[in-house]
Amino acid sequence: MSTSKARLRGADIPASSITPREVATGRRRFLQASGIGLTGMGGAALGLLPAGEAFAAESPGTGLAKLAATRNAQYVVTDKPTDIKDVTTYNNFYEFGTDKSDPARRASTLKPRPWQVAIEGEVKQPKIYDLDALLKLAPLEERIYRMRCVEGWSMVIPWVGYSLSALIKQVQPTGNARYVEFVTLADPKQMPGLSYPVLSWPYVEGLRMDEAMHPLSLLTFGLYGEVLPNQNGAPVRMVVPWKYGFKSAKSIVKIRFVEKMPQTSWNRAASNEYGFYSNVNPEVDHPRWSQATERRIGDGGIFTPKRKTLMFNGYADQVASLYQGMDLRKFF
Amino acid sequence: MSNARDGSRSANRPNRWVPWAKVVVFLLALAPLLRLVVYGLTDQLGANPVEFITRSTGTWTLVMLCITLAVTPVRRVTGMSWLLRFRRMLGLFACFYAALHFATYFWLDQWFDWASILRDVTGKRPFITVGFVAFVLMALLAITSPHAVMRRLGGRRWQRLHRAIYAIAVLSILHYWWMKAGKNDLAEPLIYAIVVTGLLGARVIWALRRPLRRQS
Repeated sequence: MSTSKARLRGADIPASSITPREVATGRRRFLQASGIGLTGMGGAALGLLPAGEAFAAESPGTGLAKLAATRNAQYVVTDKPTDIKDVTTYNNFYEFGTDKSDPARRASTLKPRPWQVAIEGEVKQPKIYDLDALLKLAPLEERIYRMRCVEGWSMVIPWVGYSLSALIKQVQPTGNARYVEFVTLADPKQMPGLSYPVLSWPYVEGLRMDEAMHPLSLLTFGLYGEVLPNQNGAPVRMVVPWKYGFKSAKSIVKIRFVEKMPQTSWNRAASNEYGFYSNVNPEVDHPRWSQATERRIGDGGIFTPKRKTLMFNGYADQVASLYQGMDLRKFF
Repeated sequence: MSNARDGSRSANRPNRWVPWAKVVVFLLALAPLLRLVVYGLTDQLGANPVEFITRSTGTWTLVMLCITLAVTPVRRVTGMSWLLRFRRMLGLFACFYAALHFATYFWLDQWFDWASILRDVTGKRPFITVGFVAFVLMALLAITSPHAVMRRLGGRRWQRLHRAIYAIAVLSILHYWWMKAGKNDLAEPLIYAIVVTGLLGARVIWALRRPLRRQS
């Protein structure tokens, strides 16, 4: 296994895996100069970039609009990033169907612009943010996180976003706010999967306040240097890397600050299988399968054995203290 | 089932083209495996190839099982008794894909983690328990499929044993159903369930009718 807790600090990242500063900054200058950062024709710009110009992990991209961001070396795992094709074609996003190939095939009906996110509940500044306002709220960072699905597979994805805490600080939750609830868009016109009552729509997820404030909790707008593809939760989603993937709500339209633990969609569907916390934990099996190992997507061939799952998905150094004194078998 | 009666009739009128047709059916039945090999060599198995192989071999087990179960009703309805001569090969192909399916599970998926496999098979994952039972039964039928074994067992005992195919069909559907139930996504297993219900239901209806006919 090439991963260790220390890696996250970025102390021993091989220089070869980091985009050179001049390339990164040159790219940003280019994007700013041409004014295509977010809304422009990113795909057209691709052909103009000098050869060897690399967005995160040398991805050829998908032709979506570029999203300029500075890599935050503090949050870069050195595992090999998953191929962008796999990241964008193998998704769980039940609003577009339950098969993992459904979202990529069917999510073109989603309109990620214009988009608004409502901040509600126990906050001093309830507000409806326009997507552009949200994008400008804090500097965008690129972070390479591990992503572990509850189904036993994992990826490594270069996300673009900023810590959710930046938004939380701005809207100032009241003393009553103990949890944050995320609500996903539920528009049957844009989301064909909603016609099947697989889950109770809209999709709801939640975090405890201290989890939401943790710097790792990323309010995410892009991946691989581009805006989020629809199937990955465009235009704004959460990424909580030490929890199973389903904890990270996609296509968020509402963020509510609440006093009581939110009733999340999966917890409601099968409370014995999906707890509120759903921290990645190799020692606590899913009732129907082991969580001890995982299949890293794109890692070797079919004869590559699964790898061992790390406690808190390898982020134990950062987040274990959040759960001190809690019985993680009970609060799974 | 009344293969003895029809078997003797077809024996009197040998269809000389049947051996050739068997070669064609054999090659057709290998096509799903060939497809997997080609996909594997050309990197077309998707983001999670092991999952793809597992699902593909599982699907083809079910398809072969349904085709095998269709032989008797189709023969009965159409009177094409030469169909019977394909039944064993089709059944063996069902077992072949089931074996690939099981091998994918214990090799590529579980990587010979026998402790974990034992937990799955003994009830940690009931859908695997059910699938495993179906596979063991299927293997038993495959082993006893040669004529020599049939002779040694005696026709009646052999036939009684091979009626386990009905249980295998039901267990296979249940296996697929439970696997998909986690996602509340039962459209596909429902199709197979309807087909198998039809194929087994026809037998039940004929079995119920037979004594009535004798009375009249």
